[in-house]
Amino acid sequence: MRKSNTFLACVFLLLVGCIATLVDATHRKHLAVSDVESGTALVRQFGLTDLALFTEARYTRHLSQSDLHSAFQDHPVALEHFPSGSLLLPPQRMQ
Amino acid sequence: MMWLFLRKQKYLIDFTLSSLLRRKGKSLGLLAVYTLIVFMLASVTLFTHALRKEAGLMLQASPEIIVQRMQAGRHALIPADYLQRIGRLRGVTQKEGRLWGYYYDPAVKANYTIMTAGQVAAPLTEIIIGTGIARARGLVVGDYLTLRSQNGEAYSFEITELLNEKSELVSADLLLMSPQAFRRLFNIPEGFYTDLVLSVRNPREVRKVAEKLTLLLPDTRPILREEVLRTYDSVFSWRQGILFVLLTGSILAFVIFAWDKASGLSAEERREIGILKAVGWETADVMRMKFWEGMIVSLSAFLIGYLAAYAHVFYASASLFEPVLKGWAVLYPQFRLTPFVDGLQLATLLFFTVLPYIVATIIPIWRTSITDPDAVMR
Repeated sequence: MRKSNTFLACVFLLLVGCIATLVDATHRKHLAVSDVESGTALVRQFGLTDLALFTEARYTRHLSQSDLHSAFQDHPVALEHFPSGSLLLPPQRMQ
Repeated sequence: MMWLFLRKQKYLIDFTLSSLLRRKGKSLGLLAVYTLIVFMLASVTLFTHALRKEAGLMLQASPEIIVQRMQAGRHALIPADYLQRIGRLRGVTQKEGRLWGYYYDPAVKANYTIMTAGQVAAPLTEIIIGTGIARARGLVVGDYLTLRSQNGEAYSFEITELLNEKSELVSADLLLMSPQAFRRLFNIPEGFYTDLVLSVRNPREVRKVAEKLTLLLPDTRPILREEVLRTYDSVFSWRQGILFVLLTGSILAFVIFAWDKASGLSAEERREIGILKAVGWETADVMRMKFWEGMIVSLSAFLIGYLAAYAHVFYASASLFEPVLKGWAVLYPQFRLTPFVDGLQLATLLFFTVLPYIVATIIPIWRTSITDPDAVMR
């Protein structure tokens, strides 16, 4: 078999794979409607406002509800989202 | 005519592939690095886009307005009589107080989010927990969980239900209990809430209601649903940005590698071009051959990288990103993202990964191929 034919066949297969991802995405979106709905129902029932993705501190757990400057408060060496966090050292008694 | 053109291109591809296979190690190395770069970029794009979409869909149902009381710049408990002070604001259809807070469980070093189960008169000693807590503590329905109250007393609660695992993205660390139990646990007197929740029927009136609220209750801060949604939109853009910044180093290394390979043509490649021109190839043919070389490498890298990224994000739950997202958290939701992929996203990725490589390689080749074959071979 010519090299170009092998290459074009491989590219064709990979392209089919790419199109299959679009089909798969559409299919899974339909399947996931009930999953999203169960999340939405819970959000509506309890008035939830945030995702449970970052549960390490209160201002990361409820990003939308936290005080405007609530960093620095949970742990002296916690990862900061203010640049000064990388310059300030923890208090003496914590070192 | 068309058939002739296609045949010519196929011969060029044949020639290019043979030339690439002669430098097998170098070509495969380049393909592997290129594929890895596309894989990382595509993974970040697909993951953040899907997460942003899913968050937007779920949080669309969150309360229209949340009223927080602020004291000395910090969130404070809000007296229940604020509900009366709000009175009958035009457009507000429902208003109620919420009780919620955090509980640090030293046993597993995890933070739980404790909420009250609405106005439902749940029994005092029963709780409902999210599947994240159940997993961390190894709990099942019927087990008891002991929580230490504000004044040191231990309270045992029977787990009557686990929250639906399909909603884990919003409920992994949730613990629901009755308002009475909550007040007893955290020593919160009757007549106080954590915050207030208002429902507004007409979305166009939300801003007006918020304005009236700040005038009526100057010590409060209204948080609108659109702000919540905007927060998540920017958080994922920010996280995506951070990941891209981290990736910039490797992308730059690749750009230098590709540029070096393309612009500083090796003596062997220079000789190859010289010989081709000497045996009668035209500049356009050399350019076409080199175009195919760039195309073969970049298209293969793009297709393999994208497919691997799709499988990684949507079938392997983006396991490579988990440590980054997890941070220091003990409780982390197990969720399988819904793929939100569209043609535009694919086209953007293609544009930013394939095109620069082809452009970077074709210009130096053009410069070499217009020079005299004799000079090139010397």
